[in-house]
Amino acid sequence: MARIDLVDLAHAYGGNDADPSRFALKPTSMTWRQGGAYALLGPSGCGKTTLLNIISGIVRPSRGKVLFDGKDVMALTTQQRNIAQVFQFPVIYDTMTVGENLAFPLKNRGLPRAQIEARVAEIARLLDLSPVLDRKANRLSVDAKQKISLGRGLVRADVAAILFDEPLTVIDPGLKWELRSKLKVLHRALDLTMIYVTHDQTEALTFADTVVVMHEGSVVQTGTPEELFVRPAHTFVGYFIGSPGMNVLPAEVQGRQARIAGHVLGLDKSYGAWPAGARIEIGIRPEFVAVAAPAPGLLSAEIERIDDLGRSRFARLRMGGLKLAARLPKGLSIAGNTAGLVFDPAQIHVYADSRRVEGMA
Amino acid sequence: MYALPGRHAILALFIVFLLLPIYWLINMSFKTNVEITSTMTLWPLRPTLANYRVIFIDPSWYLSYVNSLEYVVINTVLSVSFALPAAYAFSRYNFLGDKHLFFWLLTNRMAPAAVFALPFFNLYSAIGLFDTPWAVALAHCLFNIPLAVWILEGFISGVPREIDETAFLDGYSFPRFFVKILLPLIASGVGVAAFFCFMFSWVELLLARTLTSVNAKPIAATMTRTVSAAGMDWGVLAAAGVLTLVPGAVVIWFVRNYIARGFALGRV
Amino acid sequence: MEKITNQKAWLLVLPVFALVAFSAVIPLMTVVNYSVQDTFGNNKFFWNGIGWYQELLDPSTELGGRFFASLWRNLAFSAIVLAIEMPLGIVVALAMPREGWGVAFSLVVLALPLLIPWNVVGTIWQIFGRTDIGLLGYTLHWLGSDYNYVASPLDAWLTIIAMDVWHWSSLVALLCYAGLKSIPEAFYQAASIDGASRWAVFWAIQLPKMKRVLLIAGLLRFMDSFMIYTEPFVVTGGGPGNSTTFLSIELVKLALGQFDLGKAAAMSIVYMLIIIIVCWVYYTVMTNAGEDRGSARGGP
Repeated sequence: MARIDLVDLAHAYGGNDADPSRFALKPTSMTWRQGGAYALLGPSGCGKTTLLNIISGIVRPSRGKVLFDGKDVMALTTQQRNIAQVFQFPVIYDTMTVGENLAFPLKNRGLPRAQIEARVAEIARLLDLSPVLDRKANRLSVDAKQKISLGRGLVRADVAAILFDEPLTVIDPGLKWELRSKLKVLHRALDLTMIYVTHDQTEALTFADTVVVMHEGSVVQTGTPEELFVRPAHTFVGYFIGSPGMNVLPAEVQGRQARIAGHVLGLDKSYGAWPAGARIEIGIRPEFVAVAAPAPGLLSAEIERIDDLGRSRFARLRMGGLKLAARLPKGLSIAGNTAGLVFDPAQIHVYADSRRVEGMA
Repeated sequence: MYALPGRHAILALFIVFLLLPIYWLINMSFKTNVEITSTMTLWPLRPTLANYRVIFIDPSWYLSYVNSLEYVVINTVLSVSFALPAAYAFSRYNFLGDKHLFFWLLTNRMAPAAVFALPFFNLYSAIGLFDTPWAVALAHCLFNIPLAVWILEGFISGVPREIDETAFLDGYSFPRFFVKILLPLIASGVGVAAFFCFMFSWVELLLARTLTSVNAKPIAATMTRTVSAAGMDWGVLAAAGVLTLVPGAVVIWFVRNYIARGFALGRV
Repeated sequence: MEKITNQKAWLLVLPVFALVAFSAVIPLMTVVNYSVQDTFGNNKFFWNGIGWYQELLDPSTELGGRFFASLWRNLAFSAIVLAIEMPLGIVVALAMPREGWGVAFSLVVLALPLLIPWNVVGTIWQIFGRTDIGLLGYTLHWLGSDYNYVASPLDAWLTIIAMDVWHWSSLVALLCYAGLKSIPEAFYQAASIDGASRWAVFWAIQLPKMKRVLLIAGLLRFMDSFMIYTEPFVVTGGGPGNSTTFLSIELVKLALGQFDLGKAAAMSIVYMLIIIIVCWVYYTVMTNAGEDRGSARGGP
């Protein structure tokens, strides 16, 4: 169990004197508290795997250091850091049975046999692997193998943290949910620090208490899934999280008003002067924009299509050159293609150069 | 992280082991016969190109190189072109007796040349191909075609059959699809197959010597005849040997990156 | 990939089938024919039934004696070279660099012996082992040994074994290297995290992943060593005496030297049968090992 601190960590695969904008991981500092379930979320190439590999010791960062419980671990190897890592594909020892696979890390540390057997039995029970303990590991299905990989990480009681690098990639969609829930149960049962890298927001949001969103090598926001949804600190977070993603529209914002396409929207807070050349946008989630019958006081847009997601319906609209999505209230039907849009002022966020600006009350 | 302890030493020793006899041959090829038989030196006291000159001037020597190259090239072309459609069939289709046919083909690769020496001698004499490069080329097909089919089948299986189906839907005839679409996709496979056919044909001696006498005599025969003569011409023999290394060395040098890449893909 | 059943595929296979059948079936039929006939040399043949086979398989006859002697020599030879080349190939593969300029360099050097015409391999070692003009022979004499591969059967065997190891270890090494390179880095990382020792990594990760290529290498090496002809023939001619007369050499002596057609034919058939049986056993083992992993055929 460990608290993990990242101090001014940065990495460039080309070496330290590479152009700062080409760093795979831009300078960042953060703390991961012990026992937390974290998700590192972002699209491919955003730096999340790099960050994970730096924490586990597979990659040596160009700059900065990593502390476990306050101790500098930069000189320690992965094994010495007491990390468990689960990779995208199952890593198992072909020639051994499931039980022998799980026992392997403990055997290498010279633990007494009774203790090993007890621990293996316990972990196997947690992972529903007890029935297959004596089967040869390489004969099982892919998700069972991935569970074995996971089990080998869990079997060491003093493991500092478990790192997952997109572990459900090769798992059948039908079984992903089951494994994900299993991970959550494990987290509560074992009180371990878990860091889960993924590009799938559903995995991240259901697994983690705290989600770290990364984009182009930087951490753009850290927070609970709810915080990320309700107050995205970066337009990327708004766009990436939620389905459909947040609407981002260029606007002129002055005082309590935002001007879009000649129409004025009222805002909850007041905004002052902007730095020269700043790109001002407003963001609002489709859930908080309602489609209504066209009316003179409302922003109007053309409906392009309607997505029926089962529980709710969303309309895809076009306003001039801008595209947006809005919620279609139950029972509402619009004659013709034009609709009016009702914005909830409390849910409008203002962004300057993609970063959220807090207005004054 | 898990490197073999002492691996630099092990590898260096092995490389020295491999290069030592070759170096000795090259060393000898630059010495005169007098020097070879009278002294033992690690490099020529009086280096000479006379041995090589003999080979380049005497027709019986350089023609035998030409003869060898002739049947090797014919065989490579024949083996690969016959193997291509067959490999495609094995890769894409089930047909009556396909597994048995494949196995039978493989067993031919395992056939001892010695068993076929006399029968081939009779056969090719009977059809009038004795002492021509064609006899050797066709004889080598016995071993090379199964090998080529085996290699090419693996590569063709790596191409999804959706590509075939798309081409046929687009109106390609089978020959056109094969040449314009499939071949470029398995180009490296064709290269590997051609390389191995070339290699096995180039190195084989027994059949090459049995099926030729004067006109199509390969370098292997010319060299081994030198062996049984009294008053051995060691220098020329060494030079001839060194020259046979050249095609192999040149080919590996040019394909070394393909081999390295092929290994990285785990295609073997 | 799903295969369609289509008998027209035979058309694609026909050229290969015809050519190989021509090369294999006709000569083999001739051989079978000869093996059951006898002749007084005047081109008149009469039926001999299984007479040649009986003589061949009876160690007390001259023919049988020679056959079994050569057979044991071959089996001993194959066993010895396999016992040396397989471990050596594995060790060299483990020692080869995984990246950098060393990769191409090692590949080229290792591939070199494989591309030398087999008679030149023989010539190289014939020279190398001579005590007057060869580095090896001369050095051994200089060190006090009375090494002489022309006179001593033991020395002849040692020379031929050394030559075969020199010639073919690279093949095993290259195949094993290909097998090793296909292991993803993550396996080594996971093993490191598990605290596995170097030996454990070899047994639990590397060797299992090399199982397939080792089977291929083993099969190829057994086959080729069992059929060996050129290299020992050039170095020792089968001597001293017949201490290095392997089956192929014996067969060629009978067939092309003595023109003892019937005996040679019978020996050929038995020779081939031995190889086919071993080949079949290996093929079955390999395809079963492949099916263990869910693949359909033990192909490349």
